[in-house]
Amino acid sequence: MIASPVLILGARSDIGKALARGYAAQGCEVILAARNDIAADATDLALRTGVQARAVLFDVTDGEPDRFFEGLGAIPGTVVMVAGLLGDQAESAAVDAAAQQVMDSNYNGPARYLLAAARRMAGVPGGCIIGISSVAGERGRASNFVYGSAKAGFTAFLSGLRNAHARAGLHVMTVKPGFVRTQMTAGLKLPPAVTAEPGQVADAIIRAHRARRDVIYTLGRWRPIMAIIRAIPESVFKKLSL
Amino acid sequence: MMPHVEPLSGWGRYPVRDCAVWQPVTAEALHATLPPLGRSIARGNGRSYGDASLNPEATIDMRRLDRLIAFDDASGELVCEAGVLLSDIIDAFVPRGWFVPVTPGTRMVTIGGMIASDVHGKNHHGTGSFCEHLLWLDLDLGDGRVLRCSHQENADLFAASCGGMGLTGMIVRAAFRLMPIESAWMRQQTVRARDLGEAMAVFERSHAWTYSVAWIDCLARGRDLGRSAILLADHAPADALDATRRAEPLARPPRQPRAVPVDLPGFALSSFNVRAFNQLYYAMQRPGEALVALDPYFYPLDALTDWNRIYGRRGFVQYQCVLPLAESERGLRRLLEAIATAGSGSFLAVLKRMGPASFGLLSFPMPGYTLALDFPATPANLALLDRLDAIVADHGGRIYLTKDARLSAPMLALGYPGLARFRELRAQHGLDRRFSSLLSQRLEL
Ligand SMILES: Cc1cc2nc3c(=O)[nH]c(=O)nc-3n(C[C@H](O)[C@H](O)[C@H](O)COP(=O)(O)OP(=O)(O)OC[C@H]3O[C@@H](n4cnc5c(N)ncnc54)[C@H](O)[C@@H]3O)c2cc1C
Ligand SMILES: NC(=O)c1ccc[n+]([C@@H]2O[C@H](COP(=O)([O-])OP(=O)(O)OC[C@H]3O[C@@H](n4cnc5c(N)ncnc54)[C@H](OP(=O)(O)O)[C@@H]3O)[C@@H](O)[C@H]2O)c1
Repeated sequence: MIASPVLILGARSDIGKALARGYAAQGCEVILAARNDIAADATDLALRTGVQARAVLFDVTDGEPDRFFEGLGAIPGTVVMVAGLLGDQAESAAVDAAAQQVMDSNYNGPARYLLAAARRMAGVPGGCIIGISSVAGERGRASNFVYGSAKAGFTAFLSGLRNAHARAGLHVMTVKPGFVRTQMTAGLKLPPAVTAEPGQVADAIIRAHRARRDVIYTLGRWRPIMAIIRAIPESVFKKLSL
Repeated sequence: MMPHVEPLSGWGRYPVRDCAVWQPVTAEALHATLPPLGRSIARGNGRSYGDASLNPEATIDMRRLDRLIAFDDASGELVCEAGVLLSDIIDAFVPRGWFVPVTPGTRMVTIGGMIASDVHGKNHHGTGSFCEHLLWLDLDLGDGRVLRCSHQENADLFAASCGGMGLTGMIVRAAFRLMPIESAWMRQQTVRARDLGEAMAVFERSHAWTYSVAWIDCLARGRDLGRSAILLADHAPADALDATRRAEPLARPPRQPRAVPVDLPGFALSSFNVRAFNQLYYAMQRPGEALVALDPYFYPLDALTDWNRIYGRRGFVQYQCVLPLAESERGLRRLLEAIATAGSGSFLAVLKRMGPASFGLLSFPMPGYTLALDFPATPANLALLDRLDAIVADHGGRIYLTKDARLSAPMLALGYPGLARFRELRAQHGLDRRFSSLLSQRLEL
């Protein structure tokens, strides 16, 4: 069962948009939360599927998660944290404020928002919290470790949140996408065999949500790839350029 | 916004070129992206066959502008962004009793692509082309202007954009009317014709059918030349359905898409196989009446995703021409003879009667007969197509740009009297300096 309404935090992202369509197609009421006004996307969903859909403003780094949920006017049945920021590693290394923005957008903000969600969702039948982390969180690499370490923290956070609420029936799912062809990766050359489309990721998430899975990789073939990457001894790993 | 570079082609996979691709997510983002780009071209879902949606310097993928904006239940008027897929519209509205007035033979096209090619369907003889059902479109001219174009406002740009192959700017939004249907079923009648004359006679007496199309055996020769199976159809009214289907007349049976796993090797398409396939196909079309579900009726090939890989790595070209009514029989005879003699045929060749021409300056349809065939892109076939061009020109016909990958500029001009006006308008609005594709460069559009 999927509990409605489904709140999508970061709904202007390609993955968020695909998720909104997927949930609406299943008949779920959806609430789209984004930094910009995306009322047009809510209208689109309602026209496509006949479900109720609305848009609300949301900034994951605003430090006001309780005020956000108070203003929502409903307790969500499902919350999906999609917001995140890849940033630029070189810039993060050089400029403190840039590093902080990446950390806040991928760990501090998402974790605080999901704590605030969990405080309200205890007792919601079928309640589910889904966090989109990343394979980048499995091992720090020179090319993106500020982002990766924040995702690593978020992955650990989700695992703890799942543990804390498992007995009370609030389910928590961790999603670790590999490469996805989205605005975040626009302009990058991605290897087609391990790159997913946003729609594929959304379908996989909704399927796993129904099956109440704990941790998923999208595409699934990233699981063995990451197992190998984790197994490389640090003395070797530090000399690689990945 | 940052582009990425990706090898792109049309549906025929010929030609393939590395293109810098931008993917704006909103009309505003598109608006901000265009001005500094120099020349660019819009790309929808890449279902045109040749090079119409390719520009190596700047190709704009419109598929993220895919929002439905408004729908009026009383009139059927739908407003949407241009990147919306026809398949999404069908999935959303067929269950509510609405269908598009005109559909091409695949649902995997965008509304922008349908407008830019002014597509026609199997109902062209009675219903006209898609743009004749268009109420208006919003055009981003790339110079800061976004103009509403319709028969009332900016009518010249409207006529140039309908069938204009993306060369008048980016279509960002459009409004058109959907058509009410009672069921998701088609009543189909199959008629066999032993030769071309018989096939044309069937078309001429079948104008009352909403849809008509013929599969023609393009390798049949001599007395059998033009042997075909003609499929006539109407939307089935709810009371024509049996009790089970009548309970849910708008329900569509699910279809499992299958994929062609790998590029088939070249020999899969030997003339022996094609001949066998054509004979088999002809034999399979049993004359008589049948009730057919909407999706397999309109989109038989969509059940096989990536079917274009059947033609292997080198790709294929589709050749579609139309001949004026008075010249149709003589011209078709010459075309079919040339194709059968060359012996390198197409799995499926399609013949269709067209109705009145559209207002679009470069729209393809004209009253007469249109013939469409696929050919593997080999040197021999490309030479054959040059010979077919000459026959089409002799009989006052024209070639469909959205299928084309190889026509020459002089041949094009012979078939399109609106071309001079089209070029004039492009120059007048500075559009020739802002929009171009490999097709427009090749054909000097
Ligand atoms: C199996 C199959 C069957 C078909 N059957 C038919 C048929 O029965 N009748 C018919 O008429 N056609 C048919 N077609 C052709 C198809 O309908 C057209 O080529 C259509 O234009 C493809 O739409 P698209 O979104 O894929 O556009 P693309 O192929 O990406 O682009 C086609 C043209 O439209 C322009 N364009 C796309 N979007 C925009 C936009 N937003 N603004 C401005 N210009 C734009 C491009 O620049 C290009 O010139 C068929 C194609 C296939 C593959
Ligand atoms: N693409 C990949 O290859 C990939 C791989 C692994 C994991 N992921 C993760 O998948 C998720 C979705 O990313 P995506 O690929 O779809 O890219 P995206 O389009 O860039 O999505 C990121 C979203 O986060 C939003 N966001 C950023 N900062 C925010 C803030 N302060 N407040 C509110 N929203 C904010 C952005 O909002 P705006 O739209 O307003 O900018 C954007 O919609 C992210 O968590 C990302 O880390 C992506």
